[in-house]
Amino acid sequence: MAGIPHDHYEPKTGAEKWVNSRLGIIGLIYDTMMIPTPKNLNWMWIWGIILAFCLGLQIVTGIILVMHYTPHVDLAFASIEHIMRNVNGGHFLRYLHMNGASLFFLAVYLHIFRGLYYGSYKAPREITWIIGMLIYLLMMGTAFMGYVLPWGQMSFWGATVITGLFGAIPVIGEPIQTWLLGGPAVDNATLNRFFSLHYLLPFIIAGLTIVHIWAFHTTGNNNPTGVDVRRENKEVAKKDTLPFWPYFVIKDFFALALILVVFFAVTAWMPNYLGHPDNYIEANPLVTPAHIVPEWYFLPFYAILRAFTADVWIVMFADWITFGIVDAKFFGVIAMFGAIIVLALVPWLDTSRVRSGRFRPMFRWWFAIFVVNFVVLTWVGAMPAEGIYPYIALAGATYWFAYFLVILPLLGIIEKPEELPETIEADFNAHYGKSKDDAAATPAE
Amino acid sequence: MIKKIALTAAVALAFASSSAMAAGGGDETVLPHDSHGIHDVAFSFEGPFGAYDQMQLQRGLQVYTEVCAACHGLRYVPLRTLADEGGPQLPEDQVRAYAAQFDIYDAEKDEDRPRIPTDHFPANTAAGAPDLSLMAKARAGFHGPYGTGLSQLFNGMGGPEYITAILTGYTGKEKEEAGSIFYQNTAFPGGWIAMAPPLAGEDVEYADGHSNSLHHEAEDVSAFLMWAAEPKMMDRKKTGLIAVIFLTLLTVLLYATNKRIWKPVKKAAKEA
Amino acid sequence: MSHAEDHDGTRRDFLYYATAGAGAVATGAAVWPLINQMNPSADVQALSSILVDISSIEVGTQITVKWRGKPVFVRRRSTEEIEDARSVDLSALSDTMSRNVNKEGTDASDQNRSLDEAGEWLVMMGVCTHLGCVPLNDAGDYVGPTGIGGWFCPCHGSHYDTSGRIRKGPAPENLPVPTAAFFDETTIQLG
Repeated sequence: MAGIPHDHYEPKTGAEKWVNSRLGIIGLIYDTMMIPTPKNLNWMWIWGIILAFCLGLQIVTGIILVMHYTPHVDLAFASIEHIMRNVNGGHFLRYLHMNGASLFFLAVYLHIFRGLYYGSYKAPREITWIIGMLIYLLMMGTAFMGYVLPWGQMSFWGATVITGLFGAIPVIGEPIQTWLLGGPAVDNATLNRFFSLHYLLPFIIAGLTIVHIWAFHTTGNNNPTGVDVRRENKEVAKKDTLPFWPYFVIKDFFALALILVVFFAVTAWMPNYLGHPDNYIEANPLVTPAHIVPEWYFLPFYAILRAFTADVWIVMFADWITFGIVDAKFFGVIAMFGAIIVLALVPWLDTSRVRSGRFRPMFRWWFAIFVVNFVVLTWVGAMPAEGIYPYIALAGATYWFAYFLVILPLLGIIEKPEELPETIEADFNAHYGKSKDDAAATPAE
Repeated sequence: MIKKIALTAAVALAFASSSAMAAGGGDETVLPHDSHGIHDVAFSFEGPFGAYDQMQLQRGLQVYTEVCAACHGLRYVPLRTLADEGGPQLPEDQVRAYAAQFDIYDAEKDEDRPRIPTDHFPANTAAGAPDLSLMAKARAGFHGPYGTGLSQLFNGMGGPEYITAILTGYTGKEKEEAGSIFYQNTAFPGGWIAMAPPLAGEDVEYADGHSNSLHHEAEDVSAFLMWAAEPKMMDRKKTGLIAVIFLTLLTVLLYATNKRIWKPVKKAAKEA
Repeated sequence: MSHAEDHDGTRRDFLYYATAGAGAVATGAAVWPLINQMNPSADVQALSSILVDISSIEVGTQITVKWRGKPVFVRRRSTEEIEDARSVDLSALSDTMSRNVNKEGTDASDQNRSLDEAGEWLVMMGVCTHLGCVPLNDAGDYVGPTGIGGWFCPCHGSHYDTSGRIRKGPAPENLPVPTAAFFDETTIQLG
């Protein structure tokens, strides 16, 4: 592997040599586990392990649920109840899978925000970022299709509304929607293909995860200072880094265990808190629930989707200039996908020379607003589209786009970054050298 | 200059959204299943160590059987689970006798036969009434404040409380609309429900001598329906508790190990 | 100095072992539910024991009930059938074991196969021990000492007598008697 120079695996025993000359797997695992990692990584660098755990958890519990689930409109709902009532431990495994999706998205959002704050997307890590965005998109698709499988009211109507988005595309929209559903409406064909894809996509995500890791093992990890690891030779590199095992594995495992305490508490004592009661009513194509809400992790984008109503000037302008092809409905769809696209394009939208937000005095404020805005969008996405809520959603959506398309490009030009530490080693030593209990210790040296 | 404008804009935006939050929050009537009229009930099964009250479930079963079952079914609930530990826990022979009062069509013999414990409660769609198997999870309360659902963290999801509130929320007023009669109910979204008041108090005679006032009957049947919807609740809480305790231990050990591993590294940094 | 380090070293080792041990236990505990979920579920287990109402079975007739996915014959035998079954010389049997799970290891006398002492009730699996077909009652050309036949498997021509013992044809064993007992006077519990 390219990147930071470090000690590579050398087979020692006869058996190791025998294997190594035929398959370089021990060396691959060794080099992956012992990869030099910046020693100043903070606690926001734990989410990768949490995400890997979530993917494993979802795949394992998912495969088990499949053993008892029946993908048919007449039987799906009943088969979930079979899992909840009859299968040994089935209720817990199902609740783990349900709440596992929430933990997965919570972790992925914190992981993404980590990247956004510390400039992890900036050169040379653009491919890592793009692969990550692909994984995030696939996660959304997988979660959406998985939510359809219990065949409750929210499953059915969520599927109807979201696939309806494709119907908003002019001319080709309706054929695409019909093709997606396998018929004029959500029905057995839809359920079966969603089941198939819900089973398939996690394995593609797993494959992309390996590529994601491969990419940042090529460039080396970013770190809270954004300063590169010195890589003239092994000795210098060692001053900035520590091997992944055991230093970061144990650190990440500690974080994982702590998060799992909370996760199991939620699963055990309030497993339906993040779900929606309507999904305990079997799907009924003739009755729509009073208020269709996606799962919480889709809410920010759902808010953006609904923000652009026909009375917003930019929507009217788009409508006028395209001779009515881009109406409010289509505009909302464009805005929603656009919101994700600008996120994916951030490596090229951010003009700053400095990676880490720690040394960008203005950026820090804009970023804080961006985080608050994200929370507000999540909240407003769950509110009905009436009264004050659409205006909040519109303000939030506007800030989302302004952040990526205006603020980030301009900040890089107008902002004067603070002074960066010379090296990662210096940052690390400054952090621990100047720590509170150090005042007395210094004179003794 | 631009910096200043930008900052002003940001602050303005933050204020706009926070004031909007406050303004929007007061408007609770637009929420579905809006929460007014739903009061917290201290059910025995709430909290990390809560468990179903066997006698209450048996009373609730009696209310369900003598009143609700006339119109509502429990199609997903196997009759045999009435004997399960942690549930109503009826003796086996009582479960068999209870099951036998409902007939079921036997496709192999092409005739009706009495149900046996391995069958489910009958579905009942005759009156167009919804199935109650999952009703206690299909409804919720405590959506506030401002629609954030935070009060559910303290009061629970509010499903059984919602059922209690519906059963006790009739005002006695009626209205006729499109040939059907609707009854005013303070807990029902929209205020008018098609179900006639099912309980008036003293509708059933409890064998254990417990009070059969309207409120007690309503709470008993709500508890029973919670059990019907979530029969494995005790199992779940127990498994979770073991997991939480063990993971806490593991967390402490990993914390200590992590500290120990990093100690020389941090010491070196201090001395540098 | 070196003493302190040694002491530190054992404490460290203990901590590492404790952590690794706890991690291993956690992993092991997580694996068990993944295995256990494949065991028969509660609805399947509930069907492993069934009650059979025998009040309407006439003397000399039988019913077939499905139990654990397989047919079970419940026959109320006539005195002639009982007499025929009990007059058989055990040395004439090709399988001399009772094949009755309620009376493990006993010989194949009819008393060891019938449910009650008098021999009126015979409960056995309706699955031919040759290749698993369902034998027919009162068919085939075999007759017992008193001239009455039992069951005949149409697939490969195995004949069983009125006690369900193999008498002719390729089947190796007598028809097995499943776990059965009187639940009350008119009900038999299987399993």
